[in-house]
Amino acid sequence: MRLPRGPAMASGGALAILIIPFTGLMPDYWITLFNYIGISSLVAIGLVLLTGVGGMTSFGQAAFVGFGAYTTAVLTLHFGLSPWLTLPASLLVTMAVAGLIGAVTVRLSGHYLPLGTIAWGIAFFYLFGNVDWLGAHDGLGGIPPLRLGSHTLIDPREYFVVVWVAVVLAVIATQNLLGGRVGRAIRALRRSARAAEAFGVDSAAAKLMVFVYAAMLAGLAGWLYAHFQRSVSPGPFGINAGTEYLLMAVLGGAGRVYGAILGAAGITFLRDQLQNWLPWLVGNTGNFETVAFGAVLVLILQTASHGLWPVLFGPPPAPTPPRLRDHERLQQSLKERPLQAPGMPLLQALHIRKAFGGLVAVNDVSFEVQSGRIIGLIGPNGAGKSTTFNLITGVLPLSSGQIQFDGQTLRAQTPQRAAALGLGRTFQHVEIVADMSVIENVALGAHLRGTAGLLRAILRLDRAEEARLFANAQRQLERVGLADIAFKPAGTLALGQLRLVEVARALCLDPRLLMLDEPAAGLRVGEKKALARLLREVRSEGISVLLVEHDMDFVMSLADRLVVLDFGTGIAEGVPADIRQDAAVLEAYLGGVS
Amino acid sequence: MDTTIFLFLLQDGIINGAVYALVAIATVLVFAVTRVILVPQGEFVAFTALTIAALENGRVPATPWLLLALGCLAALSELARHFRDLTLRRVARIVLFDLALPVAMLLLTRTLAPLQLGQAANILLAVALITPMGPMIYRIAFEPIADSSVLVLLMAAFGVHFSLTGLGLLFFGPEGTGTAPLSSASFSLGDLVVTGQSVAVLIVTAVLLILFALFFARTLLGKALRACASNRIGARLVGIPTSAAGQIAFALAALLGAVSGVLVGPLMTVFYDSGFLIGLKAFVAAILGGLVSYPLTVLAALGVGFAEALFSFWASNFKEVLVFTLIIPVLAWRSVYAPHAEETE
Repeated sequence: MRLPRGPAMASGGALAILIIPFTGLMPDYWITLFNYIGISSLVAIGLVLLTGVGGMTSFGQAAFVGFGAYTTAVLTLHFGLSPWLTLPASLLVTMAVAGLIGAVTVRLSGHYLPLGTIAWGIAFFYLFGNVDWLGAHDGLGGIPPLRLGSHTLIDPREYFVVVWVAVVLAVIATQNLLGGRVGRAIRALRRSARAAEAFGVDSAAAKLMVFVYAAMLAGLAGWLYAHFQRSVSPGPFGINAGTEYLLMAVLGGAGRVYGAILGAAGITFLRDQLQNWLPWLVGNTGNFETVAFGAVLVLILQTASHGLWPVLFGPPPAPTPPRLRDHERLQQSLKERPLQAPGMPLLQALHIRKAFGGLVAVNDVSFEVQSGRIIGLIGPNGAGKSTTFNLITGVLPLSSGQIQFDGQTLRAQTPQRAAALGLGRTFQHVEIVADMSVIENVALGAHLRGTAGLLRAILRLDRAEEARLFANAQRQLERVGLADIAFKPAGTLALGQLRLVEVARALCLDPRLLMLDEPAAGLRVGEKKALARLLREVRSEGISVLLVEHDMDFVMSLADRLVVLDFGTGIAEGVPADIRQDAAVLEAYLGGVS
Repeated sequence: MDTTIFLFLLQDGIINGAVYALVAIATVLVFAVTRVILVPQGEFVAFTALTIAALENGRVPATPWLLLALGCLAALSELARHFRDLTLRRVARIVLFDLALPVAMLLLTRTLAPLQLGQAANILLAVALITPMGPMIYRIAFEPIADSSVLVLLMAAFGVHFSLTGLGLLFFGPEGTGTAPLSSASFSLGDLVVTGQSVAVLIVTAVLLILFALFFARTLLGKALRACASNRIGARLVGIPTSAAGQIAFALAALLGAVSGVLVGPLMTVFYDSGFLIGLKAFVAAILGGLVSYPLTVLAALGVGFAEALFSFWASNFKEVLVFTLIIPVLAWRSVYAPHAEETE
């Protein structure tokens, strides 16, 4: 396993965890407080991944802590199992519950998702409080402590080591996960779901994976909590606790893994101090700490809604490039698709039609793209060009007609299937993940050329594959002339450069058909020439290109054939020289020639 | 289950549902105008019932003190934010609304409470005490972050809820109380005994819903609020002050919450934190209505009330579990069939 941000820092931290509790420098009181901070950190780390990175806000994580805690409580008390055996059981139960809940939850859109988490968060709270064999509202007491041989881990100092080892492992696993192929897909989904899906990311599956991972971290926290507290009751697993965990992630700076620990420490410490000081300040008349806690929460949101970590430690560090060792050798080992001989029919649109209610955007259009050819799809604004693109790539379903690719009729086309078939596309309105580096954006294009999943990423067994994907991404960036800005954040680029990044990303898919939606818009003259050169090179490799473009010089000089649409209807098809003379085309572009 | 029990459950469900409908309408209104999911909406309900209970016993309720506390906070918050561009008008408004009004209400309550003027006076006083809290809370907690994402606003709403519940315990104490029924009449309808309270709940709810519909359809203010709801920037461009719209939405929400409090007080024992569950169930109805449609919300609220009555008959321990689980399939269905643009930051 590779340790995050320099092995020195991490091993220093690990050493500190093992030594500090036994030096006598830290009073018992603080040790206990830090144990609670550690346990909360685990939940908050999961939330950072879920909310900060995956964009799914969950108010219900406390329920998963409850599942972890109750599982071990029931198994140790009623069945006499050893707590070490109940650890996998706690994780499995949380995983199963999260899988079921998540399958519905991750499909909720917009603010329905957080509302959904509130709903099941409350439902589970009442469930814990009403099931008799879970002790109902009183909960379960007398949970056995953890044991090493005959030695029981009751001393908070010893438990400190257990808790913080778990936190360090969780941090490493989460960082590894984020750095891998699945992590990249998840980061992309939040900012640009269209782009991620167009390169084969299954959004529901990827989101579910994150959801289950976050829930399992919460389940682990629940297991630790149960054996530290030695009793469980529904109280700490309700919606208020769930809100508090979310607050920890937000306070730390959602999206920052270390921020989760900072947030957990901040909130736990704050609550503790309020409990200590408020009775002294205002007398012991009510639960002022709840009042103050709510007020502090509102104040934090009003003053630092991006969290403390960015305030204290600045913006995220530049991404660490995977090591490109044996650059050349690795590059060749990435499998490439066999391409057909030039001039064979590759994509055929047969009488395709798309109606939005009464508006027919694409009306009975037919055309063919042959292998190794550049086909231009032109027409005035609103002619239905982008809709045609979306029909071919499965973003929109056909109203009627059919599309054949390589002799096969495409049924129930989805963006993911289109990517798997080798349709690499760019977007009319640039779809780039602004907070990822340029090369990571391009590597997203090769999503389907890798196979590493969550587990391989966490265990860092994906490094060779990642190096291969990144070597390929680097090569595509060289082809579009952006190799020197590969590690810049994509959000800092100009529009023309972003269009080229999209072309590189589409090439990274190892496409059979490259579908470019106005790639030259926003490009300077020199860049246009370079793009034209690149597209000719691509064509000579046997890849077909379907090009939507308004720059007539560009498209006329490049395309082998042109298809002209107007108001959703095909009005002409042929070689550029003929299209220039076509009366219907002139009429559409210039109005009536009187 | 025989018909009598069914009819009894139906009556129970409709009455609860009617109260949820009022609270849910407020939730929808506030969300549409300000994008705040008003978690503390239920607190208005509970605090009103507790205020009336105190007045019925001839005690001076703590509510005016709470109002004064909120007024001071609102004044401080606004003064801090507009420190550099204070106008005389703003100062006058702050002094009048945030300080003079609560003090006047305090004096009024202290004068009226020992006189025990009767139910109507108690109700009017309680509603008058609760309603100004809405705009105050908006100015304290939400106006400074009015342009944040729904998530940030939602978390702030939870913060307000925590604080208000804590204040509720502080001001009203841990004991639960009920209030006198609005009408002690009752009559039989076949096997079913219909109480005057039930009829009162239905009439008040229906009248308020109709007034609301008229307000939004006919008045300029109502139209301005609808404009804010459908497009904030557009509304601002045509000269509708969105801050004022937010305050009005919160005032209406507090008013509706207070009326709901008047209605539920006689139906159940109300504690300082009872509002949360009432608010959440209303909120379930609001979501079922898609957070946009008022008629759908009312229907959904009646549905939630009826489902709750049924669940409490079949499996009373798991009533809350079932009510809140009910929402998830509906959310999933809405996500598929009523997709809306993803919230971006």
